[in-house]
Amino acid sequence: MSLELQQVSTVVDGHTHIYPLDMALKPNSLTVLLGATQAGKTSLMRVMAGLDKPSKGRLLFDGEDVTGRSVRERNIAMVYQQFINYPSMSVFDNIASPLKLAGRDTAASITQRVNDMADRLHISQFLQRLPAELSGGQQQRVALARALIKAAPLTLLDEPLVNLDYKLREELREELTAVFDVGNSTIVYATTEPGEALLLGGHTAVMYEGKLLQYGPTNEVFQRPMNVQVATAFSDPPMNVLSATSTDGVLDLGSAITIRIAQYNKASGPVSVGLRANAVTLDQGTDGVALAARVELSEISGSDTFIHLSTALGPLVAQVSGVQHMQLGSQTNVYLQPKRTFVFDKAGNLSHAPHNNA
Amino acid sequence: MAQIDLKLAHSYKANPTEPADYALHHMDMRFENGGAYALLGPSGCGKSTMLNIMSGLLAPSEGTVLFDGKDVSHQTPQERNIAQVFQFPVIYDTMTVADNLAFPLRNRKVDAQYIQKRIHDIAEMLELGPIMQQRAAGLSADVKQKISLGRGLVRPDVSAILFDEPLTVIDPHLKWQLRRKLKQIHNELKLTLIYVTHDQVEALTFANQVVVMSQGRAVQVGSPQELFERPAHTFVGHFIGSPGMNFINASVTTERNINLAGQLLQIPSNQTLATGPVTVGIRPEHLQTTPSGQSNELQATVTRVQDVGTYYLITCAVEGALLKSRQNKSDIPAQVGTSIGLNVLNENTCYYINEELVT
Repeated sequence: MSLELQQVSTVVDGHTHIYPLDMALKPNSLTVLLGATQAGKTSLMRVMAGLDKPSKGRLLFDGEDVTGRSVRERNIAMVYQQFINYPSMSVFDNIASPLKLAGRDTAASITQRVNDMADRLHISQFLQRLPAELSGGQQQRVALARALIKAAPLTLLDEPLVNLDYKLREELREELTAVFDVGNSTIVYATTEPGEALLLGGHTAVMYEGKLLQYGPTNEVFQRPMNVQVATAFSDPPMNVLSATSTDGVLDLGSAITIRIAQYNKASGPVSVGLRANAVTLDQGTDGVALAARVELSEISGSDTFIHLSTALGPLVAQVSGVQHMQLGSQTNVYLQPKRTFVFDKAGNLSHAPHNNA
Repeated sequence: MAQIDLKLAHSYKANPTEPADYALHHMDMRFENGGAYALLGPSGCGKSTMLNIMSGLLAPSEGTVLFDGKDVSHQTPQERNIAQVFQFPVIYDTMTVADNLAFPLRNRKVDAQYIQKRIHDIAEMLELGPIMQQRAAGLSADVKQKISLGRGLVRPDVSAILFDEPLTVIDPHLKWQLRRKLKQIHNELKLTLIYVTHDQVEALTFANQVVVMSQGRAVQVGSPQELFERPAHTFVGHFIGSPGMNFINASVTTERNINLAGQLLQIPSNQTLATGPVTVGIRPEHLQTTPSGQSNELQATVTRVQDVGTYYLITCAVEGALLKSRQNKSDIPAQVGTSIGLNVLNENTCYYINEELVT
């Protein structure tokens, strides 16, 4: 199904929740709404669902104006952060409920479809239990199964994994991407985590304080963020942004630190230099620019270590693969990698993006 | 400050008969004086039970809790001199920051002059100095949580500080600053700190020693590096790292040969394995892909390629398992549907029998 938003905005009690935005979602594929809390993700989803009416603007489903139509008259499925199930119904009946309500399937077909969906989400063994007898992760699987079994043309998922611990989140995300890949529904998935957007793939809409900043294929937005705000919102830890002066392709960061980027020769003057954590390394590589730093903390994620540093250029975060313990307060050299450096012009718009394979 | 020994088991049932009745199985564990520990595991693993037994909120149904060799199993948290920091800040909103910090000392009738000096020192350390005379109401969650921490630190005779998921309510971009503060405090004061969490980042960043828990047992106690590089139990391999370790069922057929997912490979000459079934574990970070046709590599079919921004995550299928490999952005990514070789037996490979690391 195609979903198009035209100049949609919401204002509640004089507060603007969503500034007028236009977005045409890629039909029958996944769109990730990425943004911090309060960025307007939930407000936008409620408008898409028909739970709230936009203050201004129009919504088109397959070209048809549905702006004033209520949620009951739109064929959508929705999953919230909280696990919402019917407490007195078995897991089977919970998952079957949308099909029974629609009344289009025979009993045999309902059983078949519930079993298939339960298989996919690994809850087949719990079909006869009550939701309260399941763990949080299993309960959210039931809620997801009930939403997905509708096979609605539009499925809205509002941070569906946020209340699960990270291991469960990892497993369930993987199962969901397999379900999304089937590609017969337009799916909107809200998250605050850049890493989750990248793992989900599809398209990403970056939101910030009620505004839509950029919409495009997830990797394209990640590799070519159109401005500093998008780059920062779509980096975890946030991108290191340093001010510099550009002269004939040489970026002077101050403190006698310069980065020369091959083929960069945009206009001279003040710019912002953007370094994601993976552009600040402990290995010099072929052309890393050395910078003295003091270790403030090494944050270990299990697969990566993020080293928080203080330097003459200000605070920086570096990324190292694996587990690397660094003593608090110790001195080390880090290297700024020209091949992974972004440049933004005076207005904050992207002026140079590194190559994807750097 | 205290060294804490746990020689105990705990069941919430009156007459436990079988292993499933125990929330904590029999354990003998020592927390060294001045150490920074984390208890890490999924919900229901027993970590909160263990914390409550250490703090004195719960008495173990069997065995004893020793503080510096003295049995404190039935003492209250006050008698044990335990300070606790919870998920949500526990402070008095109507009091000033200074009065909040002073409260635990005033409660114990400590000399007023000493209190002034002590709260000044603690405020300095936590960077609360400029807001000492403000009321706590209206301060942000991270500042309130710092005050909670300060209330724990202010008592000079505290045995240990126990943290129960203290950063849950903190904004993501402020978390690292509080983590750093905790580290600094540990470095300066050398207090015994014990931190409960289900989040690997919290645990690995905070602790020198991490206790990984699963189903009422401590399956490994080790440094973050040990847990990552040599997981002693398959659960640790799975739980630490995102994604976790890959596991492949295998069988050692002769001294030099191993049958891995239906393919016969040679065991590297510097490794010895007993014949019989074994589980091969290798992390995605250590699983290198090479073009097909190399010798002694596991042949697999690529089923998914994800560009995760700073690296590629390759999923590939072998008989009975899906394996993940992390590939550099500078490499040309594998194509879905193609066949690749995996260098599965290398110096980082771990071998498990009955879930336990053997070599």
